[in-house]
Amino acid sequence: MAPPARLRPGLPASGMLLLAAALALAVFLMLPLGALLLRSFTDAAGHWSLAQFQAFVAAPGMALAVWNTLWVAALVTAITVPLAFGYAYALERACLPFKGLWRLLGLAPLLGPSLVAAIAFIQWFGNQGVLRAWLGESSIYGPTGIVMATAFAAFPHALMILTVALATADARLYEAADALRASRWRRFTTVTLPNARYGLISAAVVVFAYSVSEFGIPKVIGGDFKVLAIEIYQQVVGQQNFGRGAVVALVLLLPMVFAFVIDQMVQRRQQAGLTARAVPYVPRPDWRRDAPLLLFTALVAAAMLAVLGMAVYTSFVTFWPWNLDLTLRHYTFGLAEVGVLDAYLNSVIIAALTALAGTPFIFVTAYLLEKTGRSQAWLRRAVHAMASLPVAIPGLVLGIGYILFFNHPNNPLGGLYMTLAILVIVNVVHYYTACHLTALTALKSLDREFEAVSASLKVAQVVTFWRVTLPVCLPAVLDISRYLFINAMTTVSAVVFLHAPQTMPASVSILNLDEAGEIGPAAAMATLIMATTALFSLAWTALAHYGLRRQQAWRHVRR
Amino acid sequence: MSHLVIRQVSKRFGSFVALDAVCLQAERGEFVVLVGPSGCGKTTLLRVIAGLEAQDRGSVVHAGRDISQRSPAERDYGIVFQSYALFPNLSVGQNVAYGLSNRRAGRALLRQRVDEMLTLVGLPGSDSKFPSQLSGGQQQRIALARALATRPDFLLLDEPLSALDAIERVRLRGEIRRLQQTLGITTLMVTHDQEEALSMADRIVVMNSGRIEQVGSPWDVYYRPENRFVADFIGRSNLIEAEAVDARHVRYGALTLCCGAELETGRRYQFNLRPENIRLLDASDAAPNSFFGHAEKCEFLGAVALVTFVPQAGAAGHRLPPLIAQVPSSHLVGRPIAPGSTLRASIEPEHFLPLRGSA
Repeated sequence: MAPPARLRPGLPASGMLLLAAALALAVFLMLPLGALLLRSFTDAAGHWSLAQFQAFVAAPGMALAVWNTLWVAALVTAITVPLAFGYAYALERACLPFKGLWRLLGLAPLLGPSLVAAIAFIQWFGNQGVLRAWLGESSIYGPTGIVMATAFAAFPHALMILTVALATADARLYEAADALRASRWRRFTTVTLPNARYGLISAAVVVFAYSVSEFGIPKVIGGDFKVLAIEIYQQVVGQQNFGRGAVVALVLLLPMVFAFVIDQMVQRRQQAGLTARAVPYVPRPDWRRDAPLLLFTALVAAAMLAVLGMAVYTSFVTFWPWNLDLTLRHYTFGLAEVGVLDAYLNSVIIAALTALAGTPFIFVTAYLLEKTGRSQAWLRRAVHAMASLPVAIPGLVLGIGYILFFNHPNNPLGGLYMTLAILVIVNVVHYYTACHLTALTALKSLDREFEAVSASLKVAQVVTFWRVTLPVCLPAVLDISRYLFINAMTTVSAVVFLHAPQTMPASVSILNLDEAGEIGPAAAMATLIMATTALFSLAWTALAHYGLRRQQAWRHVRR
Repeated sequence: MSHLVIRQVSKRFGSFVALDAVCLQAERGEFVVLVGPSGCGKTTLLRVIAGLEAQDRGSVVHAGRDISQRSPAERDYGIVFQSYALFPNLSVGQNVAYGLSNRRAGRALLRQRVDEMLTLVGLPGSDSKFPSQLSGGQQQRIALARALATRPDFLLLDEPLSALDAIERVRLRGEIRRLQQTLGITTLMVTHDQEEALSMADRIVVMNSGRIEQVGSPWDVYYRPENRFVADFIGRSNLIEAEAVDARHVRYGALTLCCGAELETGRRYQFNLRPENIRLLDASDAAPNSFFGHAEKCEFLGAVALVTFVPQAGAAGHRLPPLIAQVPSSHLVGRPIAPGSTLRASIEPEHFLPLRGSA
């Protein structure tokens, strides 16, 4: 048997790097999850036991929390997915004016923490809300508010999936349907829907999972309504009961893993979807379709603006709803003078470091998986599996795993606990999967033989990485870093357990401000975050467009 | 010793045998074409020679040096892939210079070499363009220029023409062959297109399921196929099984046919009869080694036509399988062949030869 290691130059080095990546993922993903499992299945004395689960089942209100979590998630999914589908359909399959604007507004909720929605809905529909009357007898504090705010926050996630699903249509199928004189409705149900069904399932899974693991919204707007995410927070932060927290986290993990498995199965079947021969579908103007869709899109976009705008407005209003004078005092007195502005700086630093450290790690790991041969198959499979896992792990669960693992007295890595570094690491791990898939997709679109050609020309693989692979994949790399920055800037769930007083992120400070009844400063902080992520996105888009024009000239040449 | 020697190379992918103890030699300056259906192992063999795939067993010797365990960079070849694998973000000039720049060649020297290579492939002055601005055929030439720029000792071509349209393919295969002869570079090419193989090769290697079926000149492989597979794969073929009645004649159904080789009486042989070696005559013409048949269909292909007909079996009564004859279309002028019509066919004995492997 020939020693395959000698056949590719630099393979031992790339093998070592891949091993290092695998170790990093094992330490920062698998071991914390392992600690969580271990803690759930042992009793106070450290013996194997199901006592924690028995206590969980027996605990009053737990069954109710499980039931509440599930029906709220189901309702949110049932509301969000059809809305997002209609919106995506209008964007991709109709001729609307200002498409760029509608797209931007549809995705806008991504720019802020989910708490923005909760705060805005309180301002609109709360006890002093402008539209209080719309709710009649019922109160926004509770399931109503949770469902509304979560639907708002999850909307862009579903929209992203569905626009992709609807963007790739084969015009030949529509021509065939027209040639067979199919009615508009029949064409929609026999061509459009079946082609988008994987996207629909995927979007439903993502929204359901989002709702199950969302913690900020029920915390702010949920009132006494019990859901699992709140239960974890109360057990861990309120009562310091890590064992119970671990068990609830495991229970929360179940529907996520279920959703994850469904999504994986669906995606595997999707592979053979669109062929290379397909002719892209381009919609033609038709007012009978476009006018209602434009009305719908404008209504949804207006709702988005109303929610985001209310949060921004709240941050500038003196004392809602009695004194509507505009002021900066929430920023000055509410944030700067009580030292909460440090939290904002923390978040900027954390987000920048997450993007700076996470992007190269994720991209290089994907590169090593995809472009350095086929040997060490077990290692490659392991790394890919670990990279695909985080999407199924709610931030809260990851956070508890980190506490249990890094706070363990015997852990040599214990020094990381309560540092800025651990917040950066947990963010990279939490948002790993989407970035990993983006990197893989970009790398897979490159010719498989670049590395072989370089080797035959006696050029080291690392030179080709630098001169060809990286420049060609640069748009994907920028996407990854933007995704990491925005999410690190807005996330609450994992970091809420892991920060020290001096490393508190901005999004967590919103929670605390809200808890203290300081809704003006909370809105001000949310506005600061949104302004930062919006500016960052803008700068990144400009950079991709203009800054790299020379470097990316080959993309825009005339043929 | 041959320039390139492949000894007993075997390779498995799981339970699939891609190469089964393959032996092959290429002389210096020779153009060897590996041809066979997809999955026959030809590309795997090329990748083993390139060092892109590790063989399980066997060795590759280049100019007397065993390179079996060497990395691709330690072997001395240029390679062109079906996809060209041109770097999209680098200009044509940068692509061609890619293997040169890290050899610390002087800038002027480098420039000169790039110009020289671009002129060689017939695209002078295109160095500032990007690959996406070129047609498929032009991209293929740049890939060739890039592979040859470092003056490799042999050249590997992996289906270099299959992504091109028919006209471009024919033009480029002539150019590649001319270039190869000018440079005198030992070349191994993989293709699934038998016409490409016949037109370009000094020697053709026909492969099937990981084994070599026949090695020979294009002429030999076409006219002296060693077995059924080669006869079927290269060109159209009528395969006939018949028993020798004496040293020169065989009985085929009720027909007695004269054959061009010495036979052993009583043995059964397989014959490969090319369609162009069956002559069609008018029913009234008499000719040696001829027989009657009923036309089944006539397929017009432009310069030639294919006539499918059933030989008349005579008194024996059992139907013989249909034969295909290829005739120049000019033959049909004034005498179209209608289905069911009777025709007379003759076979020239010197083209009626048993397959070498048949027994």
